[in-house]
This record gives sequence, C-alpha cells and structure tokens, in this order.
Amino acid sequence: MDSLDDYQIPYGLMAEFDTPAGVMHAAEKVRDEGFTRWDVHTPFPVHGMDDAMGLKNSQVGWFTFFCGLCGFFGGMLMIWYMNAYDYGIPVGGKPNFSPFASFPVAYEMTILSGAFGSLLGMLYLNRLPRLHHPLLKNMRFADVTHDKFFVVIEADDPKYDEEETRKLLKKTGSKHIELVNE
Amino acid sequence: MAHDAVPSSVKIAPPPVELERPALVANNHSIGWISDTVAGVIEDKTPGWWKLAISLSLLVSLGLPIGLIYLISTGVGVWGLNHPVAWGWAIVNFVWWIGIGHAGTLISAILFLLRQKWRTSINRASEAMTIFAVMCAGIFPAVHVGRIWFDWWLFPVPNANSIWPQFRSPLLWDVFAVSTYFTVSVLFWYMGLIPDLATMRDRFRKVAGKVTEPAARLRNKLAQFLYGAFSLGWTGSNRHWSNYEKAYLLLAGLSTPLVLSVHSIVSFDFAVSQLPGWHTTIFPPYFVAGAVFGGFAMVMTLMIPLVSLYRLNEIVTIRHLEVMSKVILVTGSIVGYAYAMEFFIAYYGGNPYELYAFKNRAFGDMNWSYWWMISCNVLAPQFFWFKWCRTTPWFIWLICGFVNIGMWMERFVIVVTSLHNDFIPGNWGYYSPTWVDMITYFGTFGFFMTLFLLFCRFLPLIAISEVKGVTPQADPHHPLGGAKH
Repeated sequence: MDSLDDYQIPYGLMAEFDTPAGVMHAAEKVRDEGFTRWDVHTPFPVHGMDDAMGLKNSQVGWFTFFCGLCGFFGGMLMIWYMNAYDYGIPVGGKPNFSPFASFPVAYEMTILSGAFGSLLGMLYLNRLPRLHHPLLKNMRFADVTHDKFFVVIEADDPKYDEEETRKLLKKTGSKHIELVNE
Repeated sequence: MAHDAVPSSVKIAPPPVELERPALVANNHSIGWISDTVAGVIEDKTPGWWKLAISLSLLVSLGLPIGLIYLISTGVGVWGLNHPVAWGWAIVNFVWWIGIGHAGTLISAILFLLRQKWRTSINRASEAMTIFAVMCAGIFPAVHVGRIWFDWWLFPVPNANSIWPQFRSPLLWDVFAVSTYFTVSVLFWYMGLIPDLATMRDRFRKVAGKVTEPAARLRNKLAQFLYGAFSLGWTGSNRHWSNYEKAYLLLAGLSTPLVLSVHSIVSFDFAVSQLPGWHTTIFPPYFVAGAVFGGFAMVMTLMIPLVSLYRLNEIVTIRHLEVMSKVILVTGSIVGYAYAMEFFIAYYGGNPYELYAFKNRAFGDMNWSYWWMISCNVLAPQFFWFKWCRTTPWFIWLICGFVNIGMWMERFVIVVTSLHNDFIPGNWGYYSPTWVDMITYFGTFGFFMTLFLLFCRFLPLIAISEVKGVTPQADPHHPLGGAKH
C-alpha cells in the first residue's frame, strides 16, 4: 500500500477492437454470458448492435408523444383562453374560438414541444450531460470517437470477476484489454 | 431453413456493373481518415482566403446596422414603399431567406426518412445554412412593422390594454411557424453535432501533451473545455446511440411536417387575403416546392467553392452534386408547372381581375421581373437534363446563381406586381427600392456569410459520425467492416 494507485476502485474492463464486425461478435458473446452492466462504445451507431447487445426498443418515443400532446392541447387552450375567455375579440361575427383557425398555431406548438421532448428525453434516458466519466480519462479510449471500438464490462456487474471476465474478452478476439479505474 | 432449400446449382449473379453505385466516400478511405479530414479543417492554420472572406463579409454586413438604424430612427418612409405597394423588398427578402432555409431541413429530415445516405455529406452545412438563413429572414418582418417597439405585440402576452394577440390572422400563425422552425432547426442541428463535438474534444485531448507553446496550450485547453462541455460527456456508448438514433428519427419525423407547414403558412400570408394574384389555393405546395428549389441552389452555391477550397471532394463527390442537380431540375419543373397552372386558372376561372393581374405580370410595366423569373427558374434548370451539366461544378454553380436570382424575382413578382395595379386605375402605381432597402438586403448577405464562415472554421462542417456510418467499412456484414464470410 505504497502508491496511490492501490487505493483506486476499478470501474471495469475495457477491450479494444478494430472493426465493427469484431466488436459485434464480442457483444453477442458478452450478451450470451448474461452480463447486465456493460456497454459497447463505437464512433458511429453500428447497425444491428442493439440486437447484438440484447437492447429493447428505445423509450424516447413516449417523451415525444406526451410532449407533443401537451403542446397541441396547450396551444388550443392558450388560444381559447386569450381570444375567447379572458378577452374575447369578436371579428366579423365569427366565433371567438374555433379549432380550425387555431389549428396552425396548435400544430406548431405540437412540433415545438415534441422536439424538446425528443431531445431532452434522449438526454434524460442517457443520463446526459455527464461531465465526468472514468473512461474519458483513458487516453486509449479517446479513439472511440475516431476509429476504434470498445466493449466495457463494469466491475459492479454481478457476474464480474476480473480474471474470468478478462479471459472471456480475450476469447472474443480483443488485442488490448485494460482495467480502467474510477 | 429457407435458404437451405435453394439447390447449390442455382447461382445468384451479382448485380450488373452499370447498376453499381459509386461509393459515397471515394477511394475506400478508412473511417479514421474521415475524422482526420473533417477535423483537419478546424485544426489547420486559418487559410488566407478565409481571412479575406470574413473581412469582406463583415464589411458587407455593416449595411445591416446602417440600414436598420436609419430605418428605425426615421420611419418606414425611407424604404421605397408607397400607395398601393405597401409590401416591398422587406417581405420579398423575408420569403426568399426563409425559403432558402427549407433545403437544409429537407436534406436533414426528409432525405433521412427516405434513407438517402448521400445526405450525410452535406446535411451539417445545410442545416447551418438553414439556421443562418432563418436569422436573416426574421429581421425583415420584425422591422417592417414601422414602430418596432411594438413588436412584442406579436408574442402571446397581453398589451397595455390587456388585449391578447388575435389568433385568426395568418400573420400571427407565421410568428409561431417561423419561431418554431428556428428553434427546432437549432435543436436538430445541435443534436447532430453532439458526437462530432466529442470527436473534436478527444482530438484536442490526444494532442494536449505535445503542445508546448503557451498560446497554443491555452487554445488547446479552451478547445477541450468548450467542445467537451457542449458534447455533454458523450462516450459513443451503444446504449446512448440507441436512444440517440431514435430521437434523431423522431426529430426528422417532426421536422418534415414542420418544414412543409412553415412555407405553407408563409404562403397563407398571401393566399388568405383577397387580392388577385395572391388569393390562390395552389400557393402552399407551390411555395414549398419553390423553397426547396431555391434552397438547394443556395446549398450548391455555398458547397461547391467550400469543397474545393477545403479539398473535401472525396466526401462531397461529383455524385452528390449530380443528385442535387436532379433535385433542382425536378423542383424547378414543379415550379414551372405552378406558374403555368396559375395562368391557366386565371384564364379558366373567369374572374376579370384575376386575369388582369396575370396579364399584367407577364406584359405590364413590371414584366422584366416576370421574365427574369421564368428564365432563371424554369429555363435555366433544364440544362440539368444533360449529364455534363450535372457533373461540372463550375457550370452547376453558374446555374444555381441564376436560380437564386430567379427565386428572389419570383417573390418580387408575387408581392409587388400583385399590388402595384389592383382593382381600379386610381389605385395604380409603381415601385422602386431606395438605397436603404438595398443596403439592408445586402447587409443580410454579409451577416449570413459571416456566420457561415465562423461555422466552417470552428465546427465540423461535415457530419463525421454520420459519414462514417454510411461507408462499407462501418458495416459489420461487409468484408471491409471485418466480416469473415
């Protein structure tokens, strides 16, 4: 217990791959082993990786849908309140509130809040913004936004065992496996 | 298993050579080459032409504050507006700029839904163009009201007499349409930037140790901090990509009806009135087609010089230019059809005022604008039937210049010629812009170009992660992506 490194808590094992096919086959093996706290990091979305990882369909759509719905009815309610309830403006004998004349604005409000719902919903589901991450300290991992592919199995996965997991990752064909600390 | 049932004697031939498409990124470069090339634009020394261009743009953009301060301090009388032409260059410029924006959203949203992979090379710059064009557009309706200190009456807040805005007016719909369009375009653009900002963050991080000079170290630190903060801690996690791609698809799905509605609502500003020449049901689709047409021309006007100056022609290839030329040909022909149909309905509808308005457009005392419009919008794009014309950058650039002029003329024809000779001869007049109209309009060019040049210098002008994603090297089932069989 001389060096500070001895006190570090392991974050997980990181395995590097050179090709999308390589990382995808590795992901299939890790999925079949039953790991739950693990991830694949790629420079671009790899087609078919969600299946290879066993991920379910993303839930972002619910955020979009409910925000859009609120936008539409919020828009209608706003116009009714402003032009018919709070201060009626009679124009040419037309009704003070009509869903037809109000539609364009309510439609734009649907899209506006649906768009905010999609972006903020995506960020919420991804727990972003996160301005610190153990992997972002690792220089080798910096190539994840360039041309390298990584499988990371976290140390707090119930099936994690440093030796066994390292063996598994080696079997998947990774050339570089490294322990990343918190 | 179905494919086991096929006897081995049956050979499935590969598609014929002439049906094979050239790769989207030429010369089979590695995926790392793509980030090196695009990020190289930011990392390299500022090119001389860029300094020259931004100085020129800043100089031209001075027209904007000069024109606006003079206008606001004096009154709308400094413009060429008169009776009966109460809408002049301001509205023409507004519709023209906002139309240009539409190509960016078409490329980023509609072509995404249609799975047009070539869009990845141009979508980032086009979306930037959209945002800056909408900023230029927004200036004009805000200042054309005369007493601009009452602009806040457009917002849904009660005025001093507790009266709310009146939501039955297309002009108010326009406020919501344009502000929604701007906001959603910014959200979409920013979301697309997140992975690429992370690329920039990591690139500056990788070289940080090698930087020794104090000024360069400070620059590196600042770049790491800013790209890092705006990339929100992106790690390329597939769990993140999964949500990200879904959100991207949903934003594309939301932007598509949005972009169609924005120019439809802009056209309602005219079509809902009862003026001959404006009161037509063809306006919404005709405006949208015209917007896409003019916008694609502006995309090419910007991209062709940019690609050759930054030597990005392996990412934005001749094939990209050819496809965009075809879009221009199609939308130009739709616009031509709309011009013909308007004329036919003016004749067939049996309304003498309507017929007069159209005859006056083509043969009246402002006929020059009409024939400029026809030549630039209907005739010029017809060159794109020929392959040489679609694959020669300087020629495409020339035609796109004409289209930009033609689309401005189209809005001039719609706005001014419909107003200047209306129902009774006592209401007839002519319209000429003043120098204030002109420097304000040219000022917006400077403003637009300044923003666009800053964007090219400091942000990845090509969507790095998206371009990587459409190469065969990125396909896990392709031999270049590492597939073994």
